[in-house]
Amino acid sequence: MNKSFNAENTAGLQEKFDAPNIKQGEENVTGLIKYLIIGTLFGIVFSKAEIISWFRIQEMFRLQSFFMYGVIGSAILVGLISVQLIKRFDIKTLSGEVVSIPEKKFKKGQIIGGFIFGLGWALTGACPGPLFAQIGIGFTVVAVTLISAVLGTWVYGKFADKLPN
Amino acid sequence: MQELLEYLKQPWPWYVAGPLIGLTVPALLLLGNKSFGISSSLRHICAACVPAKIPFFSYDWKKEAWNLMFVLGILLGGVLTGIFLSNPDPIAISSATRHDLTALGISNFEGLMPMEVFTWENLFTLKGLFFFIIGGFLVGFGTRYAGGCTSGHSIMGISNLQWPSLVATIFFMLGGFTMTHLLLPLIMSLVGF
Repeated sequence: MNKSFNAENTAGLQEKFDAPNIKQGEENVTGLIKYLIIGTLFGIVFSKAEIISWFRIQEMFRLQSFFMYGVIGSAILVGLISVQLIKRFDIKTLSGEVVSIPEKKFKKGQIIGGFIFGLGWALTGACPGPLFAQIGIGFTVVAVTLISAVLGTWVYGKFADKLPN
Repeated sequence: MQELLEYLKQPWPWYVAGPLIGLTVPALLLLGNKSFGISSSLRHICAACVPAKIPFFSYDWKKEAWNLMFVLGILLGGVLTGIFLSNPDPIAISSATRHDLTALGISNFEGLMPMEVFTWENLFTLKGLFFFIIGGFLVGFGTRYAGGCTSGHSIMGISNLQWPSLVATIFFMLGGFTMTHLLLPLIMSLVGF
């Protein structure tokens, strides 16, 4: 009885966690530097493709340019092909682990929360990634938006059990 | 070299930027078995700074430190672009968008963001309240409730053929359309445009 309760509890926690670190081996500080480098390259692409621009997001939601749809569409296509190739040929990570991607379980949050995020996306001109790049490129007041986004995340966490899911 | 730099300073086309963003997915998977996702970083910041014994934030955030390094990198990428690769020309958005935004009261199309909105002077005004405080809150609350953002759901999730991620993406877009076409005109006049 007690055992099954524990198992249920662990499963619940796993489900709550969206993108857990799957890697089994430990990573030290130097190991983490590679993510800083990838992030930096990513931030440059974000900035130079103007995805971080409030104007571009407006253009997208007004269906007045193919640009953002081209960016997101081709990103998905390359991601999709990569993931399918990794699975098909059982490509291992650098340290030889089997690549494992957590599944996304359906919940009402994807509808309600997704809609709420969409409202914020069009208002701020940013999803979470571009918030960081906007601050970096010089719109430092966006740090306030970021703090407010952290607060929003915290408030969700505080009331997560009481919201429909 | 100078020519290359000049070339890189121009806005990058979607067919260059999109695939590069897509390559982040296999890069993170193969470098360290990491699933691409950015909004989780906001959760880790909560877990690190103000967990307040809330179960949702009670986990070993240090194990997820890679994600914080990743977003720190994004910020650094913005800094480097600002210093070395910034585009001197005004943003080249479509004339229809320019027309629509002019009608809403925007007149400065110089940079990546409208300077009439995104400045510190606006922080304690209605503009700041809506565009920074409420906007940011909606982004943070919404992404966590949805369990991911454009990167975690739209790119990583759909790449892994997860239908809940497609549902989430559809509602991201619906939210964006609703804000842009129904609410933004009201907000713009309310904040004094």
